[in-house]
Amino acid sequence: MPYEPLHASRLPPRAGAGFKPEHYADIVETAPDIGFLEVHAENYMGDGGMPHRMLAELSARYALSLHGVGLSIGAARPLDKTHLARLRLLIDRYRPQSFSEHLAWSTHDTGFLNDLLPLPYTPETLARVADHVDEVQQATGRQLLLENPSTYVLFEESSIDEIEFLDAVAERTGCGLLLDVNNVMVSAVNHGLDPFAYVDRFPLARVGEIHLAGYDETVDGAGERLLIDAHGSRVREDVFALYRHTVGRCGAVATLIEWDNDVPGFAVLYDEARRADAVLADAAARRPLSRSA
Amino acid sequence: MGHAATEAAFAAAILDPALPPPAGLTTARGAPDEKRFAVYRNNVAVGLRKALATRFRVVERLVGEEFFALMARAYIAGARPASPLLFAYGDDFADFIETFAPAASVPYLADVARIEAAVTRAYHAADAAPLAIAQLAALPPERLAETRLAPHPAAAMVRSRFPVGSIWQAHQSETVAPVSAAGGEAVLVARPGFEVGIHILPTRDAGFAAALFAGEMLGDAAAQALPADPDFDFGGALVGLTGLGAFSVMTRMDGGGEDDGDD
Repeated sequence: MPYEPLHASRLPPRAGAGFKPEHYADIVETAPDIGFLEVHAENYMGDGGMPHRMLAELSARYALSLHGVGLSIGAARPLDKTHLARLRLLIDRYRPQSFSEHLAWSTHDTGFLNDLLPLPYTPETLARVADHVDEVQQATGRQLLLENPSTYVLFEESSIDEIEFLDAVAERTGCGLLLDVNNVMVSAVNHGLDPFAYVDRFPLARVGEIHLAGYDETVDGAGERLLIDAHGSRVREDVFALYRHTVGRCGAVATLIEWDNDVPGFAVLYDEARRADAVLADAAARRPLSRSA
Repeated sequence: MGHAATEAAFAAAILDPALPPPAGLTTARGAPDEKRFAVYRNNVAVGLRKALATRFRVVERLVGEEFFALMARAYIAGARPASPLLFAYGDDFADFIETFAPAASVPYLADVARIEAAVTRAYHAADAAPLAIAQLAALPPERLAETRLAPHPAAAMVRSRFPVGSIWQAHQSETVAPVSAAGGEAVLVARPGFEVGIHILPTRDAGFAAALFAGEMLGDAAAQALPADPDFDFGGALVGLTGLGAFSVMTRMDGGGEDDGDD
């Protein structure tokens, strides 16, 4: 099988923002200079109406990233064929420049659990996730970017390191990876790891997109720092420093500002995106030809 | 533990807060931590409650945040989302409210929920050209009475013994205006273009509209409406409902009896 360039991302290497319907009028009127917009696929799986009208308009003006939150790739159960068909429909209709999902599960026999739940990393789960990713890519006819999770617990049965797990899935399926730098910080603090070492070990050549968001902070039962992936604030300074470090190593990669709770006016998201853009421009200027792992 | 068993235990503990966290979880320090597992439990519970509160804003305003949270929790326990399409979650919330004894003192609550559920359905419904008056006017008069109109995919009616349209409307602004309406109301939710409209129908048109939505022919629907209200005006009612976007465009201009070969 010929080697596929796994880092091939067609999103521009710039900062983008998560799109929220309440920002639609603002975006259409002010036409902000932003690299791309990202939407949660499930919000656009209705039959018609404003959601599709907005997406048609926005995808004509901006590069589009379709980000799924409901496929449950990390579940033991088979993927939902109806949901796969809906994804295929959206992808065919809007031709997004990127399509991504999570290394997590959310659907069980009792229904949809509406959270990105963690899975143990074992040879069994690795085989299953690879099968699922393969199935998604076959069904949608395009490459998937798989996102590293933020987690609060560890599984005793895990026998494979998270980075090795993601790398192996990518190796087996040809999928790309989405590196959520906020998730790296959240998981690293929660599990006593060095976030910079995590990034340094990550297969950056496979990364097609980076996510940035704000976390919340609390303590666990033993009084240790526990970070929560909250998506309800500006990107924290330590995450931004880690982002700078990441871009310094991998060069300019499309970077999303995620903000899903207590969503502020678009100007705040735009401001965050410009901050990220400055880092990307700096990396491009300093290492114009570099794209090293 | 195999993958499926690990997940089943995890899901069970999320759904039942009385259960301890599943076995096999740990932390970097080598000991399980209940507070960490609680983050997942909380995410699931709060996420679904927020989804309901976003969709049923007026219901929440009517009963207050605390009571709403209680009611939502009871609903969620018995009705997990069937699919990842969260905008469809709560389609049957009104039916649940009707059976939720603590809410019995707010008898119009379920019908308000029906309006709010219909609004979200209308927002996501299929696009379709609405019926134009000109299309009806072009029908030979003798065919008009035999015509059945197809409800627009975004249109829905809520008939209530209570003035639920007025109640809903009064709760759209920051300060709630006193509701002076009394008696029942019929509310039409429609979206002929891209904006969802919520309309209180004239009382005399409610039965006629309901009959048309149930698939009756125009003549039969009018015959039912007239004895109920001598003020009923067939033309006015039909023009009114059509203008609000209640019906889809007729696909065959010859119209009439819809499907002659149906029976």
